[in-house]
Amino acid sequence: MKAWLGLGLTLLVVVAAAGAPWLAPHDPIRADFASSLQPPGTPGHLLGTDQLGRDLLARVLYGARLALFIGACTVVVTAVVGGVLGLVAGFVERWPSTAIMRIADVQLSFPFILLALTINAIVGLGLRNIILSLSAAGWVIYARVVRGEVLSVKERDYVHAAAALGVGRTRLLFRHVLPNVAPSIVVVASLQFSQFVVAEAAISFLGFGVQPPTPAWGSMLSESRDFLYVAWWLAAFPGIALALTALGVNLLGDWLRDTLDPKLRV
Amino acid sequence: MRRYLVARLAQTLLVVVLSLTAVFGMVRLTGDPVLLFMPMDIQARDVEEFRERLGFNDPLAVQYARFLGGALRGDFGESLRYRRDAFGLVLERLPATLLLAGSALALTLIVAVPLGVLSAVRRGGVVDHVATIATVLGQATPGFWLGLMLIYVFAVQLRWLPTGGMGTVGHLAMPAVVLAAFYAARVARLTRSAVLDTLNEEFVLTARAKGLAETRVIGKHTLRNSAIPIVTLAGLEAGQLLGGAVVTETIFAWPGLGRLTVQALLNRDFPVVMAAVSFTSIVYTLMNLVVDVAYGWLDPRVRRA
Repeated sequence: MKAWLGLGLTLLVVVAAAGAPWLAPHDPIRADFASSLQPPGTPGHLLGTDQLGRDLLARVLYGARLALFIGACTVVVTAVVGGVLGLVAGFVERWPSTAIMRIADVQLSFPFILLALTINAIVGLGLRNIILSLSAAGWVIYARVVRGEVLSVKERDYVHAAAALGVGRTRLLFRHVLPNVAPSIVVVASLQFSQFVVAEAAISFLGFGVQPPTPAWGSMLSESRDFLYVAWWLAAFPGIALALTALGVNLLGDWLRDTLDPKLRV
Repeated sequence: MRRYLVARLAQTLLVVVLSLTAVFGMVRLTGDPVLLFMPMDIQARDVEEFRERLGFNDPLAVQYARFLGGALRGDFGESLRYRRDAFGLVLERLPATLLLAGSALALTLIVAVPLGVLSAVRRGGVVDHVATIATVLGQATPGFWLGLMLIYVFAVQLRWLPTGGMGTVGHLAMPAVVLAAFYAARVARLTRSAVLDTLNEEFVLTARAKGLAETRVIGKHTLRNSAIPIVTLAGLEAGQLLGGAVVTETIFAWPGLGRLTVQALLNRDFPVVMAAVSFTSIVYTLMNLVVDVAYGWLDPRVRRA
C-alpha cells in the first residue's frame, strides 16, 4: 500500500517533469504584468499567477524538472564517489582506509545543510555548482555504509574461495564483492534522493543555489514570502510539489530498504 | 571506562583540529581567498594591498599555522561588516540558538517518544496508524515550507502569533515546532522500531509467561532495554538540529547562530562565516562525544569495541 503510493507519487512527479514542455499551459519565464497575482482557478491559469504574471502551474511543472535533475545528478555523483571510496576503504587495509574514514569523520562534524550551503556560497551560484556542493557534502554516508558492508562481505566463504582459486584482487572486488554490496548502495541512494531535493530547495530558498527567474521550487518559495499577505498560492503550491516529491521518493526508499536490506539503518 | 574516555577525548580533539583544517581549506576552494575577505567596494588596484595586509602572500603553511593558532584561541579576525571580533558575534548569538534547539528537543521528547512507544505497544491499532502517517508526512515536509504555512495561518490569517523575532513564548512557538517537526518524526520512528525489537526478545516472553502485568512488562522490562538505542540515535540526530536551525532561524528572523551564518554568507563576511561554521562544528562534535560517552556508560559492551 505504502509502496504503491510511493510509486504513484514518484511517477506523477516524473511525468510532470518529463512532460513539462507539453503539459505547461504557458511559458514559465515570460512575464505578463497585465495578469499578475491572479488567484487559482482564473481561466487559463489553473494555479494562478505570480507577481510578474507568470503562470504558477507552468513554473511548478518546470520546477519538478529542475528538482529531479539536481536530485538525480547528485545521487549519481555521490553514489559513485562515495561507493568507490567505501569499496577502497573496506577492501584495502592500512592507510587508504584510515585516511578515507578520517575525512568522513571530519565531514560528519558539520551538519549536512550547513556544509552544502557554505560550500555553495563559496564556489558560486548556478546549476553545476549546487550539484557540486550537495555532492561534496553528501558522499560520506555511502562511503560509511559501503565500507561496513565490504568488511563483512569480504570475509564470506565464496570470496575466500575465489581468492584461493587465484582470482586477482581487482576482479575479486568488482565481480565478487561489489555485486553483494550494490543493494545497500541502491537503498542509500533512494533514501538520500529526497534529502538532496529538499536541501537544494532550502539552499535556493536562502538565496543561494538556483537563481530566479529559473523556476526552482526553493527560489519560488523565497519570492513568495514578500506576497504572503496577498497571494497564499505562491507559497502553497511549490511547497506541496516539494513535499509530495519527498513523500513519494521516501516511501519508495522505505519499500526498497524493507525488500533489499532490512537491517540497514539510515 | 577511563581508557575509553581518554581515547574518545583524543579522537575528538583530532576531529576538531581536522575540522578547522577543513574550514581553512573551504575558503580556498576557489583558489583565491582574498576575494572573500575584503570589503565589497574595494578598487581593483587595492586588491594586492589587501592580499599583502591579510597575509595571503605568505606560504600556505604559515597561513595555516596562523589560522589554527588563532582559531584555537577563538580569534577568527574582525567582521568586515560590523568591525567587531567575529567570534564575539558568534558567542553572542549562541544563547538564542540553544533556547530554540532546547525547546525543539523538549517538544520532541514530550511528543515523539511516548507516541513511538504507544504505537509499538499497540501495533496495528488506531494510534499506530495515525502516528505512522504523521511521521511519514513529518519527514517529507520541508521545514522551511512548514514555517511559511504556519506564518500564513497563525500570523497572517489568525494574527495569534508574531511572524518573527524573539522575546515572548509566542515568538518561540512556531520556530520550535518547525525545528522539531522533522526531528520528532525521526525520533518517533526510531522509538517505535526500538521498542518493537525489544518486544521480540525472549526475556519479554519470559516476563509474560511468568504472568507479570502488561504494564510491568512494558514499563520495566521493555522500556529500560529500548532506552539505549533511543538515547543514542536521538542524541546523534540532535546534532542535526543545529543544521535545521540555519533554515528555521532565517524564516522566523530568530537572532541565533544559524541566521548569523546565513547573513554572513549573504554579506560575504567571511571572518564571521569561518567563526560560525567552525564553532557549529565544534559544538556538534562535542555533542557526539557526550552521546558516545553516555552510550559507553549505559552499555559496557561498547567500551571494549
